[in-house]
Order: sequence, then C-alpha cells, then structure tokens
Amino acid sequence: MGDPAILVNPLFMHELAVTESILNIALEHAKRANAKQVTQLHLVIGNLSSIVDDSVQFYWDTISQGTMCEGAQLSFERIPARLTCQECGTTYTLDSELTLCPQCNSGRVKIVSGEEFRLDSIEIES
Amino acid sequence: MTSQRVSVVEKILSANDQLAEQNRRILDEAGVFSVNLMASPGAGKTSLILKTIEKLAPTFRVGVIEGDTAPVTIDADKIVAAGMPAVQINTGGDCHLDAVMIGNALPSLPLAEIDLLIVENVGNLVCPAAFSLGTHANILIASVPEGDDKPYKYPNIYRGIDALILNKTDLLPYVPFDIDYFKQGVQILNPNAAFFPLSCKTNEGVSTWTGWLSSRIRHIG
Repeated sequence: MGDPAILVNPLFMHELAVTESILNIALEHAKRANAKQVTQLHLVIGNLSSIVDDSVQFYWDTISQGTMCEGAQLSFERIPARLTCQECGTTYTLDSELTLCPQCNSGRVKIVSGEEFRLDSIEIES
Repeated sequence: MTSQRVSVVEKILSANDQLAEQNRRILDEAGVFSVNLMASPGAGKTSLILKTIEKLAPTFRVGVIEGDTAPVTIDADKIVAAGMPAVQINTGGDCHLDAVMIGNALPSLPLAEIDLLIVENVGNLVCPAAFSLGTHANILIASVPEGDDKPYKYPNIYRGIDALILNKTDLLPYVPFDIDYFKQGVQILNPNAAFFPLSCKTNEGVSTWTGWLSSRIRHIG
C-alpha cells in the first residue's frame, strides 16, 4: 500500500485573516517607501505554525486585486521545528510527529525553532 | 523605475496583538481576571463554564463572552439562566474569535460588577491558537473521547496555554485513552501548563480547577 493522498482544502478560514494581515503590513511598508508596485513578499513561517501555504496563496490572489500588491509573488521560507533535549543536550529536527529525544528518550525538551510567523521583507518598484 | 528590497520584519498578526494589549488594559483597569477557553466542539466548554459559575457564584461574579460561528444564542441563554451576564458573538462563519471582536464585546458587559470574564472561543483546535484576545490566561479543554493523540496532532494550541483541562475523566474506564502518552505530548510542548483532569458530570477534580482559578482572580482583583 502506498502513502495516502493528501488533499489541501483551500478554505481554511483563519488563513483569510492571516492573509489580510500580510496585505495590510505589506501595503503600509510599501507606502512608507513610496513604492508604485510590490513585486514580491518574503514570508518566514515555522513548521509548527498552523498555516497552509496554498491556502494563503489562494486568498492572496483574491484580496490583493486592485492594490499595489496585485500580482506580487509570495515566497515562503519554511523553518523546520527544532528541539533541544534538556537532559542530554541533543538537538533534533521534527519530521512530522512530535517525538521524544532520539538520544535519551527524554520528554524534557525545548522548542528552539519552528514557531516563526513573520513578514521579513518586500520587494518594491518605485 | 527602480527596484529595491525593503526590510519589514513584522509579526504577521501584530495588528491583532496590539488590539489584544488594549483589551488587556481595559480588563486590568476594571480589575477583571479573564480567560480564553479553547477546545474542540463537544469537549465541554459550556458545561465547564456552568460548573465553574456554580462553584464560584457565592464568591465571584462571572461574565461570559460566547463565540459561535452561527447566529445562535444557545450557550449565552444558559449563562443568563445561571444568573450571570453574557454576550454572544456570532462570527459569521469565522473559525475563531479575535481581539477586535472581544474589544467590541467588552462595552456590553458590566465590567465594574464582575470579577471573572470567561471567553468561550469557537470550537476549533487550529485557528484560535494564533489569535491573542488579551485575556490573562489561555485555557484548553481536552476530553477523553477525543483521544490521547491530540497534543501530537494540534501542537500549536498546546504551546500557548497556561492551563490544560482534561474533561470527561469518568469515561476513562470505557474509552481507550493512554493518559501517559497524552501527558508526554503535553510535556514536550508545554511543560509548565497547569493540568486539571476532571469530570463535569461527576464533579471529580472540579474544585481543584476552581481553586486554581479563584487564586488567580484574587491575585488581580
């Protein structure tokens, strides 16, 4: 048996609110920089953030219409979830499921990355 | 036409976070301790609120904001019937409450007369995690029939909570639920969250929860 098919539902509602925030922040910074057009947005999203890239893209294409951001490309830099074990100091990356320290099996671990959720920069034409 | 890269480095939900801080100031000034109650549908949010009101009513006045996706007042009606003020927010299909909705609801509550505000978020384990409301504590209710794997499947919501309630513990003998596996997931995500296993049906564990809540209310009021 193969892997199950993964379907992405583009209608996750909270991505709409998230996408609106991205648009507002981008427009504000573009205005401040006297931009005529925004061509690209660089987003940094940790893998522990519950955000579906395709869903943000779906909303983006709709809500950016008629603004300076219309047609701008979204680039997603995905940051892996990394954990450090408080017992033995091992740092490891989560693939999909939460796991205990692979070295000593301890659950006393600290999440060091994977929760990023920011707009890093925009590319503009002025 | 010149092209350039402009540094932004802004949290995506910073606008919501700022409004959440504003809500917090309003609640602080009124001396109201507030909690954001999150859970999946059917975990027992309204049952826990009613139970909490029943236990705290002799000492504290409790106000409730109810969030639902549909235009119903089923939950708010139950709170009002229990003798406490309630506001119903219908999110119009939105899957979570945000700081704007709470800011709009606060003027409808007699803040000067209440000691505790409970916000019942929309039943959902994904979206509410991202939106701060400005409340003093985030509380998550998990329940035994949902299964022991929820921390692993919805890690985000477990990260930002101050207390975790495991409801419907009376079902533990009948439902396959490995509490050690459940707690292990919580330990990885949020080792400092207070943990309250309880049953709204049998009352077991409820007073430990309300005791914790009471001490937090006294601290702020």
